[in-house]
Amino acid sequence: MRQLGPSAATTDAGILRQYVEEGGASTARDGARSTLAAEDVRFAYGGGPEVVRGVSLAVATGEMLAIAGPNGSGKSTLLALLSGVRAPTAGRVVLDGHDLRALDRRVLARTTAVVPQDATIAFPYTVAEIVLMGRAAHRRPLGIESAHDVAVAERAMARTGVLALAARPITALSGGERQRVVIARALAQEPSILLLDEPTTHLDLRHAVEILDLVAELNARDGVAVVAVLHDLTSAALWFRRLVFLADGQIAADGPPATVVDPATIRAVYGAEVRVRVDDDGALLVRPASRPREAAKRPD
Amino acid sequence: MAVAYLTWGRLARVTGLLAGLLLLSLAAAAALGPVNIDWSRALDPAARDSPDALILFRARIPRVLLAAAIGGALASSGAALQALLRNPLADPHLVGISGGAALAGVCALAFAPAVLGQAVLVPAAAFAGALASIWIVVRLAVVAGRIESYALLLIGVIYNAFTGALLMFINTLVDFFQAHGILFWLMGSVASQSYDVVAALGLYTLAGLALLWLRARDLDCLTLGDARAAELGVAVERARRQIFLAAALLVGVVVSVSGMIGFVGLVVPHVMRLTVGADHRLLLPACYLAGAIFLVWADTLARTVLGATEIPVGVVTALAGAPVFAYLLRRERHGLGLG
Repeated sequence: MRQLGPSAATTDAGILRQYVEEGGASTARDGARSTLAAEDVRFAYGGGPEVVRGVSLAVATGEMLAIAGPNGSGKSTLLALLSGVRAPTAGRVVLDGHDLRALDRRVLARTTAVVPQDATIAFPYTVAEIVLMGRAAHRRPLGIESAHDVAVAERAMARTGVLALAARPITALSGGERQRVVIARALAQEPSILLLDEPTTHLDLRHAVEILDLVAELNARDGVAVVAVLHDLTSAALWFRRLVFLADGQIAADGPPATVVDPATIRAVYGAEVRVRVDDDGALLVRPASRPREAAKRPD
Repeated sequence: MAVAYLTWGRLARVTGLLAGLLLLSLAAAAALGPVNIDWSRALDPAARDSPDALILFRARIPRVLLAAAIGGALASSGAALQALLRNPLADPHLVGISGGAALAGVCALAFAPAVLGQAVLVPAAAFAGALASIWIVVRLAVVAGRIESYALLLIGVIYNAFTGALLMFINTLVDFFQAHGILFWLMGSVASQSYDVVAALGLYTLAGLALLWLRARDLDCLTLGDARAAELGVAVERARRQIFLAAALLVGVVVSVSGMIGFVGLVVPHVMRLTVGADHRLLLPACYLAGAIFLVWADTLARTVLGATEIPVGVVTALAGAPVFAYLLRRERHGLGLG
């Protein structure tokens, strides 16, 4: 409930409301900036073939990069290695110089947050409860969330536009709404590094743009480093300053979109023919190449 | 946002309300029975040997207390198992854990009769049986890293059939009349035990609940999946081990004292999740209290409905629980688009 006027600051709800609306502290912990690096990592599931075959990737403080590549190229696995959920079978991943395997899971969760690809949740937690789980690493295991935790969660929900859904059970939401809740949960972790696995898959155009804008704002304003796996190359080129192509478990290209997004590289990575154009604003547009007989029909 | 998440106030209010209902249920259940007792004579300190007092204090009160502790243990372990297995249809009875516990307890009873005290050996064997059963059922039901509802239920049915058959087999080999009949093991009974058994069971079940409650937040995160829980900071393997151990302790101890009582661990957590929410910090104690209330009444029904004849309490819980389970199964199928 909004309260206008001088009385707002004298009630608990009023103070919380102001804290949430004015943004409070920045999303990342003050002064906490982190670097993440994969050093020649390899990974195979069970005893199977290697899915990640010698990848070295360094994410500098506050850097924002996108990873793209065909299905099965190891993108999700690489993200799992970067977050520490899976340990590489060779090589290592370091966070601020520390091997992830040596770090306590809770410490890791306070620094790195993951927005996963799928968000199937079997139990009817409310949206607020899901987002508050992002605070678990910040709290002692016993006890209930504090007013500060609730404020952080509220702000995260407000930024992803799901605050109005706070009391709804997550099982009743659409795929897109659920995805935004999951992003809010990651924000509630107050990470220095945000890893996203195809965060816009289920989102409609407006929400996809809002989320990418939010991610860009987190990076620009709060200094959060971002690594996002994206399918859409045009979006990747628009929002990200660095694009990494992964093919067959190895890095095929790594650099600014203007350099790496070209038909030759894309042919090598995806096996698909595209045309790349630069529009009037300097943005890169990637589209499938037309076949000769279709080009004749189109009034290009 | 008050209803949207858990607060201390809500935790206190809900558990307080349920505790009050439990006390009322205990009093009411102690008052009900096939024999009418004279309350004034029963409570008269001078008439301590009167049949009224004996029935009240030797038969009824220990029995309702036992039913409460067992109902509480079954419901809270059911809630934890559902979270761990990420499956709202998990239940210690359905997935075969109590069958394995009963089998182990019966083996201990039948093949090592005069060792130690049965008071220690049988519960310990049942605990080990519960642990082993969890391990076996989970291994068999995992399909590509996930535990599918139907796989879990099928494995549970098969495992129950197997352990049930072995129980019957042992029954033909060994005379059970001194200890408990086969009906006791298969359908359960909360018939009177001495106060020290009741007290011990009360303590064990509350300890089990406490162990689970320490991991309540981890349980919440684990329902999202192992990877998600790890990303949120949960030490997944360690948490699962501790939770399985606590659940096995609860189930093992309960089965060794009262045989297999099904559906409490399935129906109560479901209903509580719908009424108080899925946050385990509230759900676990709420399930304990609600499970206690449920079994106290189920047992009251079991011993009063047919007058002098007692129905095994597992019969009542199954007759009440199976239709509820069928209804829940239909709902889950539609919700998840399975089948």
